Amino acid sequence: MFRRERSIPLRGSAAALCNNLSVLQLPVHNLTHFGVVHGPSAQLVSAAPEGVPLAQRQLHAKERAGVSLPLITQVHWCVLPFRILLVLTSHRGIQMYESDGSVMVYWHALDSGDASPVQAVFARGIASSGHFICVGTWSGRVLVFDVPAKGPNIVLSEELAGHLTSVTDIASEHAQEQDCIADMVTADDSGLLCVWRSGPEFKLLTRIPGFGAPCTSVQLWQGIVAAGYGNGQLCLYEASTGTLHAQINAHARAICALDLAPMVGKLLSAAEDTFVHIWKLNRNLKNGCIEVEHCHGECVPDTQVCGARFCDPSGSSLAVTGYDLAEILRFSSV
Amino acid sequence: MSMRTLPLLFLNLGGEMLYILDQRLRAQNIPGDKARRDEWTEVDRKRVLHDIISTMFNKNFIEELFKPQELYSKKALRTIYDRLAHASIMRLNQASMDKLYDLMTMALKYQVLLCPRPKDVLLVTFNHLDAIKGFIRDNPALVHLVDETSQQLIEAYGGLSAGEFQLIRQTLLTFFQDLHIRVSIFLKDKVQNSNGRFVLPVSGPVPWETEVPGLIRMFDHKGKEVKRTEFRHGGNYIAALKEGSFELYGDRVLKLGTNMYSANRPVETHTSGASKNLASQSQQSIAPNPLAKEELNFLAKLMGGMEIRKPSGPEPGFRLNLFTTDEEEEQAALTRPEELPHEVVNIQATQDQQRNQELARIMGEFEVTDQPRWSASKGDDLLAMMDEL
Repeated sequence: MFRRERSIPLRGSAAALCNNLSVLQLPVHNLTHFGVVHGPSAQLVSAAPEGVPLAQRQLHAKERAGVSLPLITQVHWCVLPFRILLVLTSHRGIQMYESDGSVMVYWHALDSGDASPVQAVFARGIASSGHFICVGTWSGRVLVFDVPAKGPNIVLSEELAGHLTSVTDIASEHAQEQDCIADMVTADDSGLLCVWRSGPEFKLLTRIPGFGAPCTSVQLWQGIVAAGYGNGQLCLYEASTGTLHAQINAHARAICALDLAPMVGKLLSAAEDTFVHIWKLNRNLKNGCIEVEHCHGECVPDTQVCGARFCDPSGSSLAVTGYDLAEILRFSSV
Repeated sequence: MSMRTLPLLFLNLGGEMLYILDQRLRAQNIPGDKARRDEWTEVDRKRVLHDIISTMFNKNFIEELFKPQELYSKKALRTIYDRLAHASIMRLNQASMDKLYDLMTMALKYQVLLCPRPKDVLLVTFNHLDAIKGFIRDNPALVHLVDETSQQLIEAYGGLSAGEFQLIRQTLLTFFQDLHIRVSIFLKDKVQNSNGRFVLPVSGPVPWETEVPGLIRMFDHKGKEVKRTEFRHGGNYIAALKEGSFELYGDRVLKLGTNMYSANRPVETHTSGASKNLASQSQQSIAPNPLAKEELNFLAKLMGGMEIRKPSGPEPGFRLNLFTTDEEEEQAALTRPEELPHEVVNIQATQDQQRNQELARIMGEFEVTDQPRWSASKGDDLLAMMDEL
């Protein structure tokens, strides 16, 4: 069971994007950072444990002279071995900041070279993998940036080809065990998933085809790919082989966000149908099969949810954003 | 974000505008033989609708509309409807035009938000076009013009993927973000809450190509199903019944986008929501807007394709009031928040000198005069009629 906790007010409402909430947990400082995209601006809010808002900052996408402010597609904190960077993607390019958003350390303009006039050009999908930050683009290409331990000398080291339609989301995890070599998965508008192994050169391990619906959000946990789709389905795959292990008719509308509490194997799914569901993943030790059970469902009345995240590693609290809603809703389990 | 959104936005908003004007004109309908020279008749109503529809579906205009371009701001788009609403003998003063635009945008916001699938916004558009054809069904040339636009829609959108439709939907929702004007007809039907937000039902048929939530299937390495469980989703959904038709003619199945106004239901809005809305808009435009000039350039190009026949000769414009009484309209005009100052924008010289002159002429007409442009004759007696409603 979850109960509503105190909401965190936002200066601007959340935009109707997928994966529109990023959370950076800083237990050492007793702080949680939240990032939400409003439209041409993104909002960062820091809050104390009880949800008391402490600090606020607005970021904008870099503009071209004489044209309107470009829209931001996503804002996401990337935790790297020696630093944390805040990444902001827009219709112009990719901006990277220090974790509190105070200083921009890197800017990459998108190349719209071979885009047709009817094609929207943007970057979308952000994840860190080791000391790399990977960002997806409208063309399907995934840009890999090599990030030094400190300073602004960030370098575009590779462009991954694997997708033919716009990237929607990227997820990664530390490849802990020897067998678990897949440590990044990218998703796109056609529903295709690409599973990668990171390294000085990223290697494409397997592709998991879609079935017509876009894959809007993706997570990776212990070699299990969790993918949410535009038709409300949630699927679990074996990352190394691409085998489908579970198919859940999870929501009645498009799934817009997935998040993991990796310590306990909890997965949350949020969708435009106003529901947030919590699932428990595990591997059957006897046969190695992936199993999933439903833990809890929460309805956020009359709210088209657009972002949802766990707020602590044990998955006992979560935060939710909704289209047109100028606050971050918080829940904690009882 | 998506470059394909403007035709959908324009056609659907235009459709809503026609529904509202039709209902309002019908409500003031006086039988032809009993009407005085200065009263609205059935003939007048048909003429207004005909004039607006023929302007909306003008070939040059539609051609410009379908070119890939970014969405305009709400303010910029409003100027198109200002002109469209005055494409005929009808005149609306600013307060009534505000109200009309509020109703149009809230109705479309509702329809887009409640579309089961992103692709269903196309069905909403077809519903509007089907109804528009109904308004002018005795004019085959005009019906043909609308059909041509429908055909263009099918060609432009028929082959798009679900992912591309999702981007279109997100772009439309960005346009409608932060609009919470309360509309009486929505409040009465309980599709809108008193805080201005729409009710999102958690029951009814799921979208086409979506399964009813509740089933979990698990498979082994070989793909064989090994376990099946169910979970309580929390909603009360049933399977989708059938898919709407995306052809020129057909059963659209979806009711969103059909005419929700009937002659008996008065068209009202509460305007308290409107001032809040404009306040948040003006907050957004505090930063100097370098867009304004470029956006207006695009707009002028679009409007260049719009042929407006000005009322010529001695015939005065007929005034239409969107409010219940003229006093209400005057009151609304007084409490209307200060508009941001309009500037005359100089169009940059283009290679086509003639086209440039035409555009400059159109842009010159955009200079805002706050004087309501109404003629005395039909206006004054409308006042008397309003009191009877």
